[in-house]
Amino acid sequence: MTRRAIPGIGAAASTDLAVLKPFDPAGRTVHDELLFSRFVARLDWRHAALFALVVLVYPTLAYAQSRYTYGEAFAALWKWIPFLVTQGFLFNILISFFAMAIGTAVGIILGLMQISPTSAIRLPAIFITQLFRNSPWLVLLFIVLLAFPFEIELFGLVIPLPAWMKAVFGLSLPIMANISEVVRGAIQSVPSGQWEAAESLAFSRRQTLFEIILPQCFKRMIPPWMNWYAILTMATPLCSLLGVDEIINLSRQAIEAEDNHPELLVPFFGFALLIFFAYCYPIARFTIALERRYAVKL
Amino acid sequence: MADWTPEQPLVSVRDVHKSFGELEVLKGVSLDVMKGEVICIIGPSGSGKSTLIRCINALNDIQKGSILVEGQEVHDPDLDKLELRKKVGMVFQQYNLFPHKTALENIMMAPLKVLKEPKSEVEKRARSLLAKVRLDGKEDSYPGELSGGQQQRVAIARSLAMQPDVMLFDEVTAALDPETVKEVLVTIKDLAQDGMTCILVTHEMGFAREVADHIYFTDRGVIVEHGPPATFFDDAKDPRTKEFLSQIL
Repeated sequence: MTRRAIPGIGAAASTDLAVLKPFDPAGRTVHDELLFSRFVARLDWRHAALFALVVLVYPTLAYAQSRYTYGEAFAALWKWIPFLVTQGFLFNILISFFAMAIGTAVGIILGLMQISPTSAIRLPAIFITQLFRNSPWLVLLFIVLLAFPFEIELFGLVIPLPAWMKAVFGLSLPIMANISEVVRGAIQSVPSGQWEAAESLAFSRRQTLFEIILPQCFKRMIPPWMNWYAILTMATPLCSLLGVDEIINLSRQAIEAEDNHPELLVPFFGFALLIFFAYCYPIARFTIALERRYAVKL
Repeated sequence: MADWTPEQPLVSVRDVHKSFGELEVLKGVSLDVMKGEVICIIGPSGSGKSTLIRCINALNDIQKGSILVEGQEVHDPDLDKLELRKKVGMVFQQYNLFPHKTALENIMMAPLKVLKEPKSEVEKRARSLLAKVRLDGKEDSYPGELSGGQQQRVAIARSLAMQPDVMLFDEVTAALDPETVKEVLVTIKDLAQDGMTCILVTHEMGFAREVADHIYFTDRGVIVEHGPPATFFDDAKDPRTKEFLSQIL
């Protein structure tokens, strides 16, 4: 006698009826704006072990016939690390700071415009937000690189526009659009009763927004804002394609200086991976901790 | 405004029609409220009670008819809504206190920011209002630390701080635990006895009977019957009123 599998236990659940999925207090089944931070924050020693395994074991198998040893490759990396960090990674951080600052400042304004009752303000803001939020970052970077001149003249003053500055502008565009969405979402998450109460107390719209609504949702904006900062930092290596001398470009140059041994690839780029992780992990942990704290008391 | 005198109705609603899309919620409602009067609007849910009082302070617009508050047309497109709302206080079912401000700050905020009154004066008034709603000692509590009934009394005090001429109460006890309903009702009764003009939407029939000068019964967007509480409750004429009362009492 064959045992009939029980749907959902012994076999995949299948039904043509509407199914209410199990309740998830973190709302992960719906849309998780902190997906990235949650992923990074959950990494633990097992992932580190796996990473070490790849870095240490894979090249010994792949390049077993070569005379250049893996030890030499790590020695080369050790020599280059101070240079890669101070000249390369710090530049990535610098780019991320500037892009975040510009993206946040413009994004907040754009986000406030998105909830304007005046459609002449609201509709362009929504359009700009959606356009830059849904465009590939690399495409935006190239557009900025090619569309901006290498220098601008302001009142007879010539200001050079180096590639890294263009990269900052290019990266600030998607950040701007995403922060705009964060602001809009946070404002709209405040119950409409707050607007009505303020309205009935004769507050103007502007007063309501700045005195009552924004102070309430400011905290709610911090975790997604930090989440976007971590994503942005991880995206700064894209600038290497614009010829900006950040960590990836410098790693490539260092590998070339070390005679392009293929054994160098994993240690050097593994190091880049590690240093980005070391920078973003605390941010992700902090983001998730803040999110939990703010979720409890409102 | 200049032609309004206290002998005329403070709030005068005439043939008001209001629709949400296809759905017509108010189908020609008229009522008058004199200064110092307390009126209760009762009726089954969905009959348009809340919509009606939300129209009085222009939280909802209307399609047809007229609403005068102290002789001023509420739905005049040129109306200064802020001026209207200084005269009309409103308390909501869900309290809607500002969660990031203490009880005292909640009460002081609008007089300070909207009326731009001096702080010392506003604070004095806010403290006496808190005492009036029997919440002295809770000045520095945040809304989250107060019970539903306490929050609702802060909300009443917050509305009173603007020194309105008429107060609107939109099912203010509907979200409360039974044991805290009474403390809110006592507060409203005190107000009514002080001569505040009140328009209440309520399901508390005993309370309506006790404090109201006039009861309006709405059903499906029209006022079916109205009268002083004694006649209304004991001698209802309309079959719909009778049916409603028999279900409730």
